[in-house]
Amino acid sequence: MIPIDMAQFHQVFFEESLEGLDIMESGLLNLDKDNMDAETINTIFRAAHSIKGGSGTLGFTVLSDFTHLMETLLDEMRDGRRQVSHKAVNVLLGAVDCLREMLDAIQQGQVIDKHAVAEHKQQLQQELNTLNVSEITEPVTVINHPLVPQSQLESSSAQGWKIDFTPHRDMFRTGNDPVRILRELQELGELSIVLNLQELPDVYTMNPETCYLSWQLELKGAIDKALIEDIFDWVEDECDLSINALHPSSISAELDTPLLDENKTIFSPYSQKDTNTTTTVSSELFPQEPEKTVEKNIKSSSSIRVETGKIDALVNMVGELVITQSMLSLIGENFDLSKLDQLKNGLEQLERHTRILQENVMNIRMMPISFVFSRFPRLVHDLSTKMGKKIELIMKGEQTEVDKTVIEMIADPLVHLVRNSLDHGIEIPKQRIAAGKPATGTVILEAYHRGGNIVIEVKDDGKGLDKDILRAKAIEKGLIDEGTILTEKQTFELIFMPGFSTAEALSDISGRGVGMDVVRRNIQSLGGNIDIQSELGKGSTISIYLPLTLAILDGQSVAIGNECYIIPLSSIFESISISEEQVNRIVEQGETFRLRDEYIPIVRMHEVFNIPSAKARHISDGIVVVVEGQGVKCGLFVDDLLGQQQVVIKSLEQNYRKIEGISGATILGDGSVALILDIPGLIRLAQNKNA
Amino acid sequence: MNIKNDHTKAVEQAKESEKDPAYQAQFLSFTLGDESYAVDILSVQEIRGWEPVSRVPNVPVYEKGVINLRGAIVPIIDLREKFGMQHQGYSALTVVIILQMDHRRTGVVVDAVSDVLDVDERTIQKTPDFGAVISTEYITGLISAHDKMVMLLDVKRLLHLEPLEKTNR
Repeated sequence: MIPIDMAQFHQVFFEESLEGLDIMESGLLNLDKDNMDAETINTIFRAAHSIKGGSGTLGFTVLSDFTHLMETLLDEMRDGRRQVSHKAVNVLLGAVDCLREMLDAIQQGQVIDKHAVAEHKQQLQQELNTLNVSEITEPVTVINHPLVPQSQLESSSAQGWKIDFTPHRDMFRTGNDPVRILRELQELGELSIVLNLQELPDVYTMNPETCYLSWQLELKGAIDKALIEDIFDWVEDECDLSINALHPSSISAELDTPLLDENKTIFSPYSQKDTNTTTTVSSELFPQEPEKTVEKNIKSSSSIRVETGKIDALVNMVGELVITQSMLSLIGENFDLSKLDQLKNGLEQLERHTRILQENVMNIRMMPISFVFSRFPRLVHDLSTKMGKKIELIMKGEQTEVDKTVIEMIADPLVHLVRNSLDHGIEIPKQRIAAGKPATGTVILEAYHRGGNIVIEVKDDGKGLDKDILRAKAIEKGLIDEGTILTEKQTFELIFMPGFSTAEALSDISGRGVGMDVVRRNIQSLGGNIDIQSELGKGSTISIYLPLTLAILDGQSVAIGNECYIIPLSSIFESISISEEQVNRIVEQGETFRLRDEYIPIVRMHEVFNIPSAKARHISDGIVVVVEGQGVKCGLFVDDLLGQQQVVIKSLEQNYRKIEGISGATILGDGSVALILDIPGLIRLAQNKNA
Repeated sequence: MNIKNDHTKAVEQAKESEKDPAYQAQFLSFTLGDESYAVDILSVQEIRGWEPVSRVPNVPVYEKGVINLRGAIVPIIDLREKFGMQHQGYSALTVVIILQMDHRRTGVVVDAVSDVLDVDERTIQKTPDFGAVISTEYITGLISAHDKMVMLLDVKRLLHLEPLEKTNR
């Protein structure tokens, strides 16, 4: 078994390997675009190489064997011995997937899907062998190190080499012994030797130091030509040598088994033949359970890889902080009023350092969104092939940094949205041309910062959302009544309702009707928002708004009576003071006021939260803060605005309970606690109160 | 005669002091009005003076609000109000006991802390059905200290929060 001291490296290995796989994948996709760039191949090769190295070191033989095949193929591409063909790239992409599944399986202690592995191995092997036949020039694979047992090779005697070996007369003088060469050849495979004595003179005229002999050899087995050449390496210039393939016609058909040495044939597709050797390695690594489909465990890794630059910045800041601290304590030691200026300066410095330190610490949790985006070229590549559509994916702002938790939570919803765009959005080329659009559809994935939010957009130039179809569908499914009047926005938002799907036929890509409501829920659970814009025939844009980080937020503190509440700045539109005349009262429905061309309901905070100490009872005494939560705008009526500040979000539920309309708490500068308003929850609460 | 019943009643407390073969346990006693109560001392984290709380909307009146306890948000419950007693104003002398149970911390407001009692668990008496101000559901047993009766409180039950539906509106 794996010694314990190795096990501690496993997690790192898995993370690195998965990263390496991502690199390989993106590299391969670049190659796919007829973009033959030596550096790209090098990058892919290096990634494969380190996975192989790592898995070998840690004893994951299955992985290293598999990666070795990939590496060999890549090595040939790198050296220019092999053309980068579309097929080869697809085989390698498949292998990357397979490797990823193997890694997942090992990581979670599950059984590897042997059939899949064997299949990919075979494909790789075939790909390697096509070269063996077409241009036999260079070493192709070093898989079979010389010591393959003979018995193994007999099963596939179809392939072999015919070697004509005629040493020059003076070969003995250089110390080379043909017998040694023959013995080495014999170790490679089944060797039949025909000695040619024709040149041999009679014993009286013979010079014992001259070589008169020549041989015709037949070496059977799937042996790399390079290995044979290696053996003759020393005598290359001292003999006439020709090496020709035996039965070349049957070479590519049947090659796999003998290439792997005995205890590594576990994943051989010919498992009927060698069932008894099937489990030698796997029994060590994986529990011997009957193969079953195991649900993918969505456990996100708890460690985080941080750029060294960020850590350096942190260390720097802590150093500065220590200096400031010692300065302050020096001032404090024998303080008199003359040092007041110094103290002030010191405190200012302290404030600045604390702020920068806080920013830097927050920064550690930030990762570029490319961690999520990187999977999309592959997704688009695969799906567009499958659906017979031509699609170009453009990604922008991949370096936008987002909180790690957001990265983890946003991946699945985003995949769903992109799939939707590909499946429902982009039309097939024929339709596109008929509509006067270029045959190739475009999907743009973009991330950028705006205010305190990060915005992720999925934009396509497909057919767009059809309001009439959406409406008809919703009525058909009983989600809305026939008479319901919906704004454009509300119509689009129908797709977020549970059980809503417009796809005519279910495909395995999308259309099961469970997706969009889950997408929205996921995003809302991150404190985010989702928004759709669409124009029929032109395409649609889905925008996701997410808070930059989950641990801190920019807040506006407001006073209600002698209590202080924090409103997330990102949800505030404006704060205005309105007069009594602007308020319209609707019977049993509360109050609204007109803001430009909209009627906005007023939520009197002191009523919703039962705050007896509230000072402002008349609308003109207080301030209305216009906020938006989940697409609904409303005006929160509060006593006064206090100030804007960054607040650290503290859980209210850890020791207490979930309070409706409150998303958490924070500690203010004076040490007291202020509650942070949960705008969507608050709007719900207000609606319930009115109802 | 009562020993057997008491033993089963106090088994929870006994568990925590299992190391003590002589059934020794310690309780922190405090007063509410004229009555004495006590809680298992192992559930007490600290004792603080009263400080202003931040009120939380739409919760029962006895949940006074939350305070900042060294960076953690901790709720404060007024035991007088929870037990249906007359509410008294808070002063600097009002005492808050921070109790910890299942990794949740809660502060309870009491009139005054009296003593730490060493109790032999076998002397804990079963709760009779008597006319105290509080319902007996929070009381696990009775002990006598300094010739006065002290009611032992079940901290877990005490800190359990009622669902809000009932109390809303």
